[in-house]
Amino acid sequence: MYRYTEFDEAFVRSRTAQFRAQVERRLSGALTEEEFRPLRLMNGLYLQLHAYMLRVAIPYGTLNSAQMRQLALIAARWDKGYGHFTTRQNIQFNWPKLGDVPDILDALADVGMHAIQTSGNCVRNVTADHFAGAAADEIADPRPVAELLRQWSTDHPEFQFLPRKFKVAITGSPNDRAVTRAHDIGLRMVEQDGAPGFEVIVGGGLGRTPMLGRVVREFLPKADLLPYIEAILSVYNSFGRRDNKYKARIKITLHELGLEELRARIEARFAEIRPEWSGADQAVLAQIEAAFAPPAFRDAPVDAYEAARQRDPVFRAWADTNLAAHRAPGHAIVTVSLKAHGATPGDATADQMRVLADLAERFGHDELRISHEQNVILPHVHKSDLPALHAALKAAGLATANVGLISDIIACPGMDYCALATARSIPVAQQIAERFDALDLEHAIGPLKIKISGCINACGHHHVGHIGILGLDKAGVENYQITLGGDGTETAAIGERAGPGFAYDEIVPAVERLIRAYLEQRESLAESFLQAYRRLGVAPFKAALYPQEDKAHAA
Amino acid sequence: MSRRFTPSVVTANALLSGEVVYQTATGEWSAHHHEALLHTDPEAAQAALERAQTQGLVVVGAYLAEARMGKTGPEPLHFREVFRTRGPSNYAHGKQTEPC
Repeated sequence: MYRYTEFDEAFVRSRTAQFRAQVERRLSGALTEEEFRPLRLMNGLYLQLHAYMLRVAIPYGTLNSAQMRQLALIAARWDKGYGHFTTRQNIQFNWPKLGDVPDILDALADVGMHAIQTSGNCVRNVTADHFAGAAADEIADPRPVAELLRQWSTDHPEFQFLPRKFKVAITGSPNDRAVTRAHDIGLRMVEQDGAPGFEVIVGGGLGRTPMLGRVVREFLPKADLLPYIEAILSVYNSFGRRDNKYKARIKITLHELGLEELRARIEARFAEIRPEWSGADQAVLAQIEAAFAPPAFRDAPVDAYEAARQRDPVFRAWADTNLAAHRAPGHAIVTVSLKAHGATPGDATADQMRVLADLAERFGHDELRISHEQNVILPHVHKSDLPALHAALKAAGLATANVGLISDIIACPGMDYCALATARSIPVAQQIAERFDALDLEHAIGPLKIKISGCINACGHHHVGHIGILGLDKAGVENYQITLGGDGTETAAIGERAGPGFAYDEIVPAVERLIRAYLEQRESLAESFLQAYRRLGVAPFKAALYPQEDKAHAA
Repeated sequence: MSRRFTPSVVTANALLSGEVVYQTATGEWSAHHHEALLHTDPEAAQAALERAQTQGLVVVGAYLAEARMGKTGPEPLHFREVFRTRGPSNYAHGKQTEPC
C-alpha cells in the first residue's frame, strides 16, 4: 500500500493548519459565512439538515488497519459512534462540531488521510474497483494509477475552479465493478499487442441528466495518461458551460459538441501539451507501483475451509454470497456486508470498524477496501482462515450473507441527513430489506441490485440499479419513482422510468409486486431479474406495478 | 399580484454545533419549533429574517419556513421541516432524544 512521502505529509499538515486558522477567523468574526463556506467545503465540511457533515476521502477505497482504527476513534470521540461509507468510497461523519473539525483533520493526517477535494468544483476522490489488486479477472492493479491521479489532481492550480465537480473512476478488470461509464472520466486498463494502456471513456454521469460515457480513445498508451487527462480537463475547463449549473458537467459538453468534435479538441490539446511531459510522471508511477506490490500470499491447504462448508450451513450460505474469486490460489476476497437487514446501508459503528481493522491485521495482510456499494472488503484472505474470520464477523454483527442480493441496497443519506434531499432513502432501504427477509425470499430471488436516491442528484446511483428508486417531493409529500433495467457494469444501461411514482407507504408493496412478477415469469432459477427484464421488456413489470390501470385498459 | 403569504418562522443552524434553531419573539434562538415566533405579516417576517442574517456569529443559513399555529405553539408545515424538528429516522439522534 502507498505510504505518504514527506511531501504528502507536509502538504496535508499545512492544509490542516490553514483550516484551523480559518475556523478561528470564522469564530472571531474576521471571516463571514460567505467567505468561510468555500474554505470549509474545500476541506469536506458541509452543513446538512441537523448538523455539520465531514466527508473524508478514502482514495480508491483502500485503507489499512491503522487508518480504519483512526476512523473508529474519530467516530467515538467527535461524532456519535458511527460513520457512513458512501457510494464514492468516502466516509461521512454526520455530527461533528465546527470547533472540533481541525482536531479531526489532524487525527486524519496522523494516519495519512484528509478531506481535501471531497467537495467543490474540482477533481474529486478517484474511485477504483474495490477488488483491485486481488481479483482473479484483473489485468493489472489500477490503484497505482489512481494514486498518481490523486497526487496530480490534488491542489492542481489549473483545475481548482472547474465548471463543475469532476469524477474519475478506474478499473483494471474487464468486469466493471467501478461503474466507469457513469463517471466524467472512466478508465479501463487494456492491452494492445502486449503493451499496457487505457480505454478512455468521457462524459458519463447520473444526476438529473443521466448519460453513459462514450469512448474518446480506444487505446491510450500507459505513459500518455496524465497528459491526456490534462488535455480532457483543459478542454472541459475552456468549453464546459458556466452559465447554467445544470448544464455544467462534461457530459453536457459532450452532448452539445458531439463526440467527434470533443475528441478532436482533446486530441489537439493533447498534441500541444504532450511534448512538455518529460517522463517524470512515469518515474513517480514506478515508485508508486513498487508500493503496491502484492503481499506474500501463502501456500497452504484449504481443508479447513472445505470442512467448514460441509459442517456449517450458515458458513456455507455466507461463503456462497460474500466471497469472490482471488487471483492467488487458496485465497478469497471477502465482502463484509454493511447491510444487516433493517440496518442503515453503509453505516459501521466504531466497534465494528475496530473489529474490521483487527481482522484485516490478523487475516488480511492489513488491507481493507470500501466499495461503492457501501460494503467493506478484506481483499486477501487465505481460505483456511475463513471459518475463524466468519466466527469473528458473526460476533460483531457483520456476517450478513446477502452480498449482491435484494437487501444489499445502495442508499444515499436522503432526507434523514442531506440538505439537498427531497425525500428519505434510508427507511425505504430498511423496509425493503426487512420485508424480503420476513418473506424468506432473498436467496430465491437471486442477484438483484436495488439502488435508492433521495433526490435527483442520484448519489444512490438509482439510474444503474436493476430496480432504481428516486425519492421526490411531490406537492409537499414524499413520492418515489421506480426505474427498471439499469446496470452499472460493463453492460451498462440507464434504467427506464416505469411510470407514476408511489407514496412512502406504497413503495415497498410496489417493489414486492415487481419481484413477484419476476418470480412468476422467470424462465429458470438461473435467469436473474435483469436478464428477465431484458428478455421480457417493461410491460409485465408495469402491469405488476399498476394493476388498476391494467384492468382499466382491459375494460 | 404576489403570492399569498403563508405564516412563517425564521429558522437556521447554530454556527458551532450546526443544530437546527428557531428565532423567538425576543430575537433569541431556541432549539424548539414551538417556541418560535410565527410571523403572519410578510414585512415583519422579512425584517426578522434580515435581522437573523446579521447574526453570523450565532447562526448560519437563516430562512423563512412555513408554519401554522398548533396547540403548544407554531408547527412546521412541510415534511422537511418536520424532520428538522426531530432528527434522522434511522437513529434516536438529534432533537428527538432531548426533552422539550
